[in-house]
Amino acid sequence: MIKLDSITKSFKVAKRSTGLLQATKALFYREHTIVEALNDISFTINPGEIVGYIGPNGAGKSTTIKIMSGILVPDGGKCSIMGFTPWKNRVEYVKNIGVVFGQRSQLWWDVPVIDSFELLKDIYNVPTQEYKKTLDLLIETLELKDIINSPVRQLSLGQRMRCEIAASLIHNPQILFLDEPTIGLDAVSKIAVRQFIKTINQEKGVTVVLTTHDMNDIEALANRVILIGKGSLLYDGKLEELRKRFGTHKTITADYRKNTISIDIPGTTILHWTPEHAVLSIDTEQILTSDVITQLSNKVDLIDVTIESQPIEDIIVQLYKEFKI
Amino acid sequence: MSLYFKYLLILFKSQMQYRTSFWLLSIGQFFIPFSIFAGLYFLFERFGQIKGWEFFEVALCFAVIHMAFSLSECFARGFDTFSSLIIKGDFDRVLVRPRSTFLQVLGSKFEFTRIGRLLQSAIVLIWALNNLPIEWSILKALTLFFMITSGVLIFTGIYMLAATMCFWTVQGLEVANIFTDGGREMAQYPLNIYQKWVARFFTYVIPFGTVNYLPLLFILGKTKGDEILYMLTPLAGSLFILPCFLVWQFGVRHYRSTGS
Amino acid sequence: MKVYASVLKLRLLIGMQYRSAALAGVATQFFWGFISIMVFEAFYEFTAVTPPISLKELITYIWLQQAFLAFIMLWFRDNELFDLITSGNIAYELCRPTDLYGFWFAKLLAQRLSSALLRCYPILLVAFFLPKPYNMTLPPNVITFILFVITLLLGLLLLVAISMFLYISVFVTLSPMGSLLIFGVLGEFFAGLIIPIPLMPLWLQKIAYVLPFRWTADFPFRVYSGHIAQSDAIIGVFIQLGYLLGLLWLGKLALNSVLKRVVVQGG
Repeated sequence: MIKLDSITKSFKVAKRSTGLLQATKALFYREHTIVEALNDISFTINPGEIVGYIGPNGAGKSTTIKIMSGILVPDGGKCSIMGFTPWKNRVEYVKNIGVVFGQRSQLWWDVPVIDSFELLKDIYNVPTQEYKKTLDLLIETLELKDIINSPVRQLSLGQRMRCEIAASLIHNPQILFLDEPTIGLDAVSKIAVRQFIKTINQEKGVTVVLTTHDMNDIEALANRVILIGKGSLLYDGKLEELRKRFGTHKTITADYRKNTISIDIPGTTILHWTPEHAVLSIDTEQILTSDVITQLSNKVDLIDVTIESQPIEDIIVQLYKEFKI
Repeated sequence: MSLYFKYLLILFKSQMQYRTSFWLLSIGQFFIPFSIFAGLYFLFERFGQIKGWEFFEVALCFAVIHMAFSLSECFARGFDTFSSLIIKGDFDRVLVRPRSTFLQVLGSKFEFTRIGRLLQSAIVLIWALNNLPIEWSILKALTLFFMITSGVLIFTGIYMLAATMCFWTVQGLEVANIFTDGGREMAQYPLNIYQKWVARFFTYVIPFGTVNYLPLLFILGKTKGDEILYMLTPLAGSLFILPCFLVWQFGVRHYRSTGS
Repeated sequence: MKVYASVLKLRLLIGMQYRSAALAGVATQFFWGFISIMVFEAFYEFTAVTPPISLKELITYIWLQQAFLAFIMLWFRDNELFDLITSGNIAYELCRPTDLYGFWFAKLLAQRLSSALLRCYPILLVAFFLPKPYNMTLPPNVITFILFVITLLLGLLLLVAISMFLYISVFVTLSPMGSLLIFGVLGEFFAGLIIPIPLMPLWLQKIAYVLPFRWTADFPFRVYSGHIAQSDAIIGVFIQLGYLLGLLWLGKLALNSVLKRVVVQGG
């Protein structure tokens, strides 16, 4: 469905100068630096997949999304999406995709949401019958019934994001690009948006590519992640794999009867300690979790033990550090 | 075309959410050119003529160019304020929709308050026409119509050129005002009152002369030579928008390869 | 006083950052100047009666207008202040240990000064070296020039004092649009910016001479070209001073009374 092959893109960035003399000079001649935004990016996405596209700020996520949605023309490489090359035949191609830019609105601010939808129907030339069907489905799954007649400016951020996503689905696209769809939302709204993305993926078979900084989005939605940093592809695979490969730390929290002897176990680090409570971090490459528990129970009179895997958030931070991105 | 009207409708609805400010701005748009016109009237009261042109002849010229200007500001406002679309990054949105960028940018904004200016210049137009001894014919009426529409196209073309500049830089765009506001100010008098180089520039480069001066000669019966040529000049002037269109396309292509 | 000086300095620095905007502005004003001069040239060419102001004086008048546009335009406004008033955030401003009228006055003055300082040099410089008859000429003598500087600066203070009423009126109307409209259209017309006051019909001139607006622009520009005699100019300076003091006093009074209402209403 989506196939990228050795996509590269670099930008010329003009050096900004501050002095009056430099500024005058800049009128005639500008110094440029070349920034490699994307370097040999290749991946394939199959129909019906939800893929999380992650990486730190400036890694090239938005550039990739822009290329895939036909806004930008890459310097080199091939890209085929549903048989189209996105940057050629722009008008024909974009009929098949929906794009949500999380930080920008595509709805008309001062009119009821439904008016925006009607206009989008005309922009995409959606037949009335089909539009009605899609709209009903969207209203139902997104619970838009109560807000669809209010002007956008009166909606909360969460309500607005639901309408934004609905707006990008009016024309029944088969692919949906979501650029940070949960940015700035509160916890409840985030869950609602995730739930909806899941629903349309399952019910309509829409292929979803989403970028986000919130790893909970990825955990809730994507079984596959693509990680890029500094324009290069660093990881492409299952989220679980990522956890297994890089999540080598676990945390044990133990409560026990009052005890003052040391609970120092090789392969672990004590994060917190009181005579009745301890938090240990385990390096699973050095020692098995079960061994730690055995050793602990030998030393103290255990009351309760909880084991937590490393949060995906931490893994990502660690990854960024390892790849120096 | 029907989509353009849909854009018009939705933005009109938006505007109507702010009725008070709409009325105030419209009244303002009525009075600002009104004071300019009053100045013109007083100058004629003192001097009687300008290089042989009578007051009502100049008033007709004034009305035509102000009507064209207000219509273009209302309907091509999207290009006039294009820099905000670029700064907010909303042009990306335009590119992911299956319609031409021209139509979408045009439909992104309308400035309905220009109705005030339009009304003011329409009143001047009627007043001037009532006081001029013109022998009317269908051709003359058509010419008057073409003068206004071609004027709208020329102003739109200038907005498009300025908008294209935004793909490279959004600084110093005020220069375009020379040709829009400045062009309007200049073209409210018949072009031959100016120095030759000004008149030439505004006939052959930015063809305001083809909408306010040459066809005006025809309407007022002051032509020497082939009348049809004078009559057709507004149509020639409207061709100005074609190269602007190409330049715009070039700008869009530049944007899509740099994304800046 | 120190506060005011630092406000001015900050404004100048901010203004300097918009060089390209300033350049574009200069270019536009040049064009405007040229167009208006050519229009007047055409009017003067075949005139039967001797106009009350010579073309040479008029050309200098127009270039001065263009060079000091920031000193004389009433619509040159500070949207920040409007937002402050309409949004009710004015309450924060009241917490500052400065007199609000003085502080705003300094701010507005600084904006106009910085904008004019950036723009007037290139325009004046080029205008002097233009080919005849479009060039600007020097004032007839030094005393006239000194009088011009005094009247121009007094005119600027007067204009800021007038524009303060614009902001004060927004406390009552809650929308700057209406006030801007009235002040902009009427003020501009009666300051001689649309057509120079000597070219107006006599009955209109009488109105213009009574209103304060012409003392901000028309008066100093005609002092410069010598169209207004030195003795009249000195009398004019006193009239400017009178207007200035009167408007400052009225403005302070008006601001205090609207502020009292804000405080009572709780902002």
